[in-house]
Amino acid sequence: MDTSDYLIVGSSHAAIEAIDAIRMHDNEGSITVITRDAHPPYSPTVLPYVVSGRSAPERVCLRDAAYFERNRIDYRCDATLTEVLPDRHTIRLGDGTELGYRRLLLATGASPIIPPLPGIDQVEYHVLRTLADATRLRSAMAGARRAVVLGAGLVGMHAAENLVKTGTAVTIVEMGPRLTSGYFDDTAAGLIEQAFLDAGTTIRTNSRVVGLAPTDGGVLLTLADGATLDADLLLIAVGVRPELGYLDGSGVSTDRGILVDDHMLTSAPDVWAAGDCVQARGFFSGTPTMNAILPDATVQGRIAGMAMAGDPGIKPYQGGVPLNTYHFFGRHAISVGSSRKPDDGNERVRFDPASGRYLRAVFDRNDRLAGIFGVNEFFDAGIMARLILDRTELALVKDRLFAQPLATGRELMSQMWR
Amino acid sequence: MGQAYSTIAFDRSKCDGCGECMQACARVKFDSDDTARALIQIVRSGGARAEAGRPGEFELALCRQCGDPKCVSVCPAGALGKNGATGVIDWDASKCVDCLLCTIGCAYAGISLDEHSGRVSKCDTCDGKPACVPACPTGALQHVTTARIYNEVGSWEDLFAPGLAGCQGCNTELLMRHALRRVGPDTVLATPPGCVPGMGSVGFNGTTGTKVPVFHPLLTNTAAMLAGIKRQYNRLGRKVTAMAIAGDGGASDVGFQSLSGAAERGEQILFMVVDNEGYMNTGMQRSSCTPYGAWTSTTPVGEHGRGKTQDAKNLALLMVNHRCEYVATASTAYMEDLYDKLDKALAASERGFAYLHVYSPCTTGWRFQSQLNIEVARKAVECNFVTLWEYTPSGGLHFTRPVDRPLPVTDYLEAMGRFRHLGPEQVEHIQNKVQENLRFVRKIAETNHAES
Repeated sequence: MDTSDYLIVGSSHAAIEAIDAIRMHDNEGSITVITRDAHPPYSPTVLPYVVSGRSAPERVCLRDAAYFERNRIDYRCDATLTEVLPDRHTIRLGDGTELGYRRLLLATGASPIIPPLPGIDQVEYHVLRTLADATRLRSAMAGARRAVVLGAGLVGMHAAENLVKTGTAVTIVEMGPRLTSGYFDDTAAGLIEQAFLDAGTTIRTNSRVVGLAPTDGGVLLTLADGATLDADLLLIAVGVRPELGYLDGSGVSTDRGILVDDHMLTSAPDVWAAGDCVQARGFFSGTPTMNAILPDATVQGRIAGMAMAGDPGIKPYQGGVPLNTYHFFGRHAISVGSSRKPDDGNERVRFDPASGRYLRAVFDRNDRLAGIFGVNEFFDAGIMARLILDRTELALVKDRLFAQPLATGRELMSQMWR
Repeated sequence: MGQAYSTIAFDRSKCDGCGECMQACARVKFDSDDTARALIQIVRSGGARAEAGRPGEFELALCRQCGDPKCVSVCPAGALGKNGATGVIDWDASKCVDCLLCTIGCAYAGISLDEHSGRVSKCDTCDGKPACVPACPTGALQHVTTARIYNEVGSWEDLFAPGLAGCQGCNTELLMRHALRRVGPDTVLATPPGCVPGMGSVGFNGTTGTKVPVFHPLLTNTAAMLAGIKRQYNRLGRKVTAMAIAGDGGASDVGFQSLSGAAERGEQILFMVVDNEGYMNTGMQRSSCTPYGAWTSTTPVGEHGRGKTQDAKNLALLMVNHRCEYVATASTAYMEDLYDKLDKALAASERGFAYLHVYSPCTTGWRFQSQLNIEVARKAVECNFVTLWEYTPSGGLHFTRPVDRPLPVTDYLEAMGRFRHLGPEQVEHIQNKVQENLRFVRKIAETNHAES
């Protein structure tokens, strides 16, 4: 049985950051990377751009073969993890192979949720999580005339915009009252919604699909209100969740994701986890929270790698903060932090309907920033995230920060973290 | 060995917010007058409450070209990457998908959206020749290229033995290793009595401490012996650098006549003085380079004594009066300057006498903590206690690191124990001496300009 000092399952942002962190501290230990994907590492976040044709599939890789060679990493594609045996420091793969480890990182990401709709197993549909999904969706899009996108998260919205721009008639079906809820607040979501309406998209919020049936070359969807939609392309994008069947019987604690401490260590010794598969401490709640976003995956991956290598420079995880950017029809929406106003908190809002510029900042009772949201109003998101994470009290500069978020944010940055 | 990189440094105490850097950047990068597009952003601190145009009230946002760049980590498209050769975070426009995630990753506002193009933009240091730096009229922006020294010198052979016996925190080891690396193996080295042989240049147990021929002349005859050796090599037709590394005692006191003679005859010698302002190797006795007021074991502080009662001799200026091929003062706090002068001194020593006077704080004799050597050296220059200049017969004297807004000399004096006893009159005397020295050297600098 092959045994590695560091065994990493997964090949996206969290895994790569962990590898870099390990090699920063330990140049000798053997590293094996297992991925069920068939490609060099890439980011799920880039996939909408592969669908639109903006990114060529062969140019999206985050690390090339030379990187793995230089860092002496055994990179194994098309290998699916089926079982983790912490007592034996061993994992088992789909083909029965067993691999030993001294330290294991689970960075297995998440998979699209397929809602159990009546008839779902009778029809053809798309999801968008892998490069294979993206190329398949891209070729299907070319011949599509009437598309339905189920779910109005960022993946669905990106795809809907791509479809609209190719001249396809698009209907977005969303169970909730708003598009992009959870990412952006009501006003921002309203602006996004309007942009889609202006582009000719049909939007059905508060809608539930109750039936799916195959048609000649497509799908017939029946909604709860009795309406039907005829589509030749159906994209299911209602969210993602980690697939953790491989942990059954392993003793590794899970809830909605793998539960980890602030060093990304799971309940099992020598098993760490990072990225979209984990449920780590939420910054605002302090309790285990799913926060499946790219920036958090890199932070967690870095911490896990440092912990695995025993790097004394490690700093504990500060907690997950929602961070999103979204580019739609030439406009930019940015959200940093929590849009919910804390108890006794306060907020500043400005909105110019004519220009569509919107800015909202939320502060807690101690005038510490909780969140800031903009549509075509710009601020340095990284600075704002740092102000939130450092729990910086902003009473004296709050008004200036809101009036001139770029200049004031930069001033605070320059003064506080030189 | 790792690679070091050049960087753009910002001195907020010098920035008056004129915005020339931003204008230059916007012009060069976007052919635009809109400073909002500039990749370097100067912002006023304190917002509207601040008064305009006062230095020290401006802040900088500029890509720091991080060694561990978070913008690269969070880029989903592989469009950002650290360039190992230049140190710059390169942005590949053809791969970028305009998702702006990099602006979340960066906590320094080093990469941000250019509203005009709808794409992110960041500083690329203009391929190593940043347009903002020469545009800065106050010197607040500097392109620090000291990295060159670390990259180049690190690959040259270290000609000193490992494990020298210097005091902890002594910067003479730094000086010896760097200087010998630069002059190279075709060198004969003279190290008269003092800290340098004390640290091990002359070796232990019958072996030398250097990989070049080294000898141990008397304090009195260093320059004379070296002159003879150099002449013999010249006679044999061998090109060899004759170099002395001497202390201030060995140069300014008992060794001065041979030094002066060799300079007057124009001997082809590179003479480096490590000036720690006293005989530190033998127990911290005063020399003619010890400054006024300083405690030494022979200028004690007690019931009557308040440290040295005479001012220091300005040995470097005396050497200017010999009209040597090259004379310069240097400090280990300004390595780039020191290296520049070492290069020039080495070249000048092929024609005649080259004299390099390096001010070298002494952790043991001056009484400061061993980690503060470079800081003390820097303060000496920042308050004009030490001035950095160079002289050639044809070009005259000019300052290489002029200090526009000098610190009060107390900042320097308070950094060490040998001045702890000073009374107000003594401090005033030293401050006046600093002004007088500065005026004197300035006059020489101006005179030379007028004549040439």
